[in-house]
Amino acid sequence: MTDSKYFTTTKKGEIFELKAELNSDKKEKKKEAVKKVIASMTVGKDVSALFPDVVNCMQTDNLELKKLVYLYLMNYAKSQPDMAIMAVNTFVKDCEDPNPLIRALAVRTMGCIRVDKITEYLCEPLRKCLKDEDPYVRKTAAVCVAKLHDINAQLVEDQGFLDTLKDLISDSNPMVVANAVAALSEIAESHPNSNLLDLNPQTINKLLTALNECTEWGQIFILDCLANYTPRDDRESQSICERVTPRLSHANSAVVLSAVKVLMKFMEMLPKDLDYYGTLLKKLAPPLVTLLSAEPELQYVALRNINLIVQKRPEILKHEMKVFFVKYNDPIYVKLEKLDIMIRLASQANIAQVLAELKEYATEVDVDFVRKAVRAIGRCAIKVEQSAERCVSTLLDLIQTKVNYVVQEAIVVIKDIFRKYPNKYESVIATLCENLDSLDEPEARAAMIWIVGEYAERIDNADELLESFLEGFHDESTQVQLQLLTAIVKLFLKKPTETQELVQQVLSLATQDSDNPDLRDRGYIYWRLLSTDPVAAKEVVLAEKPLISEETDLIEPTLLDELICHIGSLASVYHKPPSAFVEGSRGVQHKRLPPRSGSGESTESPEGAHSGGAAIPEAVPAVIPSQGDLLGDLLNLDLGPPTTGVAPAPTSAMQMGAMDLLGGGLDSLMGDDSEPLGGDIGGSPAIGAGFGGTPAVMPASLNAPVGGGLGDLFDLGGGVGTTTSAYVAPKTVWLLAMKAKGLEIAGTFSRRGGVIHMELSLTNKAMSVMTDFAIQFNRNSFGLAPAGPLQVLTPLSPNQTTEVSLPLSTVGPVMKMEPLNNLQVAVKNNIDVFYFSCLYPISILFVEDGKMERQVFLATWKDIPNENEAQFHIKDCHLNSDAASSKLQSSNIFTIAKRTVDNQDMLYQSIKLTNGIWVLAELRLQAGNSNYTLSLKCRAPEVSQCVLQCYETVLKN
Amino acid sequence: MIGGLFIYNHKGEVLISRVYRDDIGRNAVDAFRVNVIHARQQVRSPVTNIARTSFFHVKRSNIWLAAVTKQNVNAAMVFEFLYKMCDVMTAYFGKISEENIKNNFVLIYELLDEILDFGYPQNSETGALKTFITQQGIKSQHHTKEEQSQITSQVTGQIGWRREGIKYRRNELFLDVLESVNLLMSPQGQVLSAHVSGRVVMKSYLSGMPECKFGMNDKIVIDKQGKGGTADDAGKSELGGSGKQSIAIDDCTFHQCVRLSKFDSERSISFIPPDGEYELMRYRTTKDIILPFRVIPLVREVGRTKLEVKVVIKSNFKPSLLAQKIEVRIPTPLNTSGVQVICMKGKAKYKASENAIVWKIKRMAGMKESQISAEIELLPTNDKKKWARPPISMNFEVPFAPSGLKVRYLKVFEPKLNYSDHDVIKWVRYIGRSGIYETRC
Repeated sequence: MTDSKYFTTTKKGEIFELKAELNSDKKEKKKEAVKKVIASMTVGKDVSALFPDVVNCMQTDNLELKKLVYLYLMNYAKSQPDMAIMAVNTFVKDCEDPNPLIRALAVRTMGCIRVDKITEYLCEPLRKCLKDEDPYVRKTAAVCVAKLHDINAQLVEDQGFLDTLKDLISDSNPMVVANAVAALSEIAESHPNSNLLDLNPQTINKLLTALNECTEWGQIFILDCLANYTPRDDRESQSICERVTPRLSHANSAVVLSAVKVLMKFMEMLPKDLDYYGTLLKKLAPPLVTLLSAEPELQYVALRNINLIVQKRPEILKHEMKVFFVKYNDPIYVKLEKLDIMIRLASQANIAQVLAELKEYATEVDVDFVRKAVRAIGRCAIKVEQSAERCVSTLLDLIQTKVNYVVQEAIVVIKDIFRKYPNKYESVIATLCENLDSLDEPEARAAMIWIVGEYAERIDNADELLESFLEGFHDESTQVQLQLLTAIVKLFLKKPTETQELVQQVLSLATQDSDNPDLRDRGYIYWRLLSTDPVAAKEVVLAEKPLISEETDLIEPTLLDELICHIGSLASVYHKPPSAFVEGSRGVQHKRLPPRSGSGESTESPEGAHSGGAAIPEAVPAVIPSQGDLLGDLLNLDLGPPTTGVAPAPTSAMQMGAMDLLGGGLDSLMGDDSEPLGGDIGGSPAIGAGFGGTPAVMPASLNAPVGGGLGDLFDLGGGVGTTTSAYVAPKTVWLLAMKAKGLEIAGTFSRRGGVIHMELSLTNKAMSVMTDFAIQFNRNSFGLAPAGPLQVLTPLSPNQTTEVSLPLSTVGPVMKMEPLNNLQVAVKNNIDVFYFSCLYPISILFVEDGKMERQVFLATWKDIPNENEAQFHIKDCHLNSDAASSKLQSSNIFTIAKRTVDNQDMLYQSIKLTNGIWVLAELRLQAGNSNYTLSLKCRAPEVSQCVLQCYETVLKN
Repeated sequence: MIGGLFIYNHKGEVLISRVYRDDIGRNAVDAFRVNVIHARQQVRSPVTNIARTSFFHVKRSNIWLAAVTKQNVNAAMVFEFLYKMCDVMTAYFGKISEENIKNNFVLIYELLDEILDFGYPQNSETGALKTFITQQGIKSQHHTKEEQSQITSQVTGQIGWRREGIKYRRNELFLDVLESVNLLMSPQGQVLSAHVSGRVVMKSYLSGMPECKFGMNDKIVIDKQGKGGTADDAGKSELGGSGKQSIAIDDCTFHQCVRLSKFDSERSISFIPPDGEYELMRYRTTKDIILPFRVIPLVREVGRTKLEVKVVIKSNFKPSLLAQKIEVRIPTPLNTSGVQVICMKGKAKYKASENAIVWKIKRMAGMKESQISAEIELLPTNDKKKWARPPISMNFEVPFAPSGLKVRYLKVFEPKLNYSDHDVIKWVRYIGRSGIYETRC
């Protein structure tokens, strides 16, 4: 059979010919024609014009032809819904066919035709097929329910298909069970709270029985479903684990990974001193290693998952280092992943082997891989102290190769080694300096400059070196500029006599010739420090630095736990929660690990229990310059460009310890200076970023108890005002726990008794207690600022939520935001500082004395130029003018006059904002018409859009 | 779940496109072509996310298979399915090539309709599929009612991989123990890593629904029996020879016919086999591996324009056994201008296109050694980058299992038909091949 000829017909008039052939009397010719149609369809040609002719071929007893016609139908039915109805009869008839294969085919295809009219006809046949005597038909019908649900969820519920589907979980045929589970799981995902998949010990038992009997795919469906169950106690958890472990020997890697997921999840509940716990840990390693002998694509999936598993439970694979050695012929994606895992598993016991391997890799061809290998050597040095010396000498060897990118990468990591082991390896500086000229990447240049500045006293020609960089100052990236500024100031403090000119030069370059505010602000700070008190400057700039931590780029614990629940899935491949890449309602639910069981662990701290004894630092994030993860998260938070307020752009901070330092910056800011953010220094970034480059500064204030000082500073109470009937939007989540190390913030705004309130719910989703809360706002359009401290009186324990009402004033610094009602907020606790932005309804700014005199209104209305008038339509409002008027009044939108013309009510209204801006409005309502027309006039027309939003929310709620 | 499945030729033209979910549009077909097939760089990941749509791909010769989804699917399952899809296609029409796919596109659509429903993989055992998806559409019309229900019960049944009523005049089975031995050795001869990944492939031509039990010299089983005092088990060395007593298996996986719970509790391997050829198990060992060859490299750089290479290989197994298809591949620098080779045995050639000297020896007995020496002339370059010195790799085939695995027995019971274990003719063969067998130099 050579069907390829069908792909080659491309001549004109083809459609006509096909039409003729389709209507031919000869069966063979008909079939040939349909094949041609399908071939054209495949390559993307539009053959929808043939719809009626193809559908005519449907009435046939030739199964092959029938399948082809169905294929065509599935593709084009949606574009020709009326025609598709023609096919219904055949479908319904086929669903009664004595041959089960045909019955199943009909119901399967029908579900794929996404036409509303057809779905109505589908219900009866589907109901029959779900109870068909033949399991093949039932298993097909089970999936069909999911299809129908995707088209018309309501219909599925109304017709009671969900109950029938639930019944199929008890079916005698394992494949029917598996498909029913798959369908139910999918439907349940779009109804997060429906409790549709009512998993109880009885159903679990049924699933576990079917698990032993169904196909490999069915096993995956069942295991993935099992993973959503939370056992009642450790005993049930153990018994499920026991029945799942045999799956680890399945030839299908997906079965193995799904089984691993179930085990990793349920293990959480087992007491650690239980023998079985140890047995289980041992059983997990071999199958994970076996996955590495699968095809490369699967290896990649496996490695991404192993990366998560070794972070969660390092003990499982700690002896398996060798299997992660890179093979010469591995695809690059496998190589990079293996390298990552090697670093995670590196320990004193295996470091010699690891280093020998890494050195080997550093001579390979692929640039990314080589860079990562070099970086890995640096990470080993930091992680395993005993190996540091060997790592450094390996890096020096690599620098000798003079391969440009190897040298640059090596210098970046050596800088970290200096920070981790101060005063130990500085003898290599001379070698590094030799390579100064070859550095062309900002990160490497910045690292080198940092080294020169930091060790200026040991480098004879430090001034010359730095001066050479200064020549092209304006062409350097910000990172390098900031670093150069700091380095020269350090140099000056160390060797003041020879370098005065240099420091003046750099300060003037930074403050006068640069338009980068970070740089300028940092320059001014240094300037001021140096001119007022050089001794203090020395203390600040040359203070001892905190050591950098060894564990790097670990996934944040709450995210890690969530990803563990998604082992095997795309989320585990991307290392992102499903909500980050799945649209719509699916996958928005965050999965959690079951809580740990208590027995035998009462002495352990919650952190210890949580991390499973792993060396995962919980509270303090480990930041190493090159690791952009945490910084990346920061940048994702929709904060404006570096010029705007509270959140200094992290890039400006030379990345070194940026998180800690920002925190420190904010603390000191609030401790030293009661004027919130701003003042003569030129905005907060100056402080946050300014110190970023000199990590020396912050440790003292970093560790100081901040809470107390803050509390004293603002002694305004968080007074609760009287409630009015003004509409208050429900709270929305502003800060996700995942992005904020476990702190979730939801909130809304309200105006009560003339005072604006920010209503916050703080939830602690981390495992440790949170204290020392403080809040700050960035400058914003209406000068909103906290009128008091964030009053969280008691420490917030894990899983606890506290409600806080924060009174706001409107006397803060003003800056126009985009959109106008955007508010950027920084919240600090004992763990870190987090940033988020939210939108406030402008109605909170409407003041109580906003009722204008009628005369003034008229005059003003005329006075404001017509181009400032904006007209909007508000749809679907069913209030009469009086109701609307009183409703609006409660939100301080005052009706001044009412006029009725031609059955149309016109309301003239006025609004006054906190900053004195008046908005005049004309609202037109017509009885029996739910569309209102709103005309707004204001001298500042920018606010119109926001005001419209308020009208809409107020009128509709 | 899987939203769509596309097959492309090397140019990026679509050969097959089947969409299962409404969220996947026709533009997805083009997105993959533009961003992956036509991408300039090398493929950096088998999973690509383009505009919130995830593409999984595998390549077979120059054919691309891509599965598409917008949901958080089970990624391992998608790849397993794509491999399975390849297996099924190969079983139906041989090699996966553009020609074969075009020739069989109707069949492929029919298969895709059957094995993937709404993106959920369904029974994809070729044995079962071939009973009702045939290239002669007419055949399916003539099934009787019994046959029909037999098909459906097989497709959905507990033993989906075997149909009832198989009859052979001669009951026969073949067991192939196929091992690939992997080695990474340092220039000094230190084993950096070594493991054997083995497969037991069975061809069964047995009547009825035979119950089989497979035994090998698994250390855990032997030790258990040793304790029980039944060391001289009846099945011992029934098929295999003597040799190493037992081996430690790191891990093994089984075909879905094997009862995993029984293996987990008793470590016995029992199953009803599919008819014909299939892979019974895979295993992995790392302890006490017999490394059939040792490669001793010596590379000397003479000035900037010359390299001297000497490589000795030593065979390390019983002198009575013969290794075959031996090939040693010695990489040469990119700026090689000429090579002179002298070898004592076999043939050696410098292949400029592969940047390697390939030395082939047809046969070599155990406990022998052979040597090659080569002079490599280099063109002077100003390339600062050093030559990466890729490892020397080796290929071979030996008639034993480098892991030491031995088949102890394979018992067959078919209670309903009147043939017994003794009537079954059994064949066992051991083949050890090189996997990635590399020595750094």
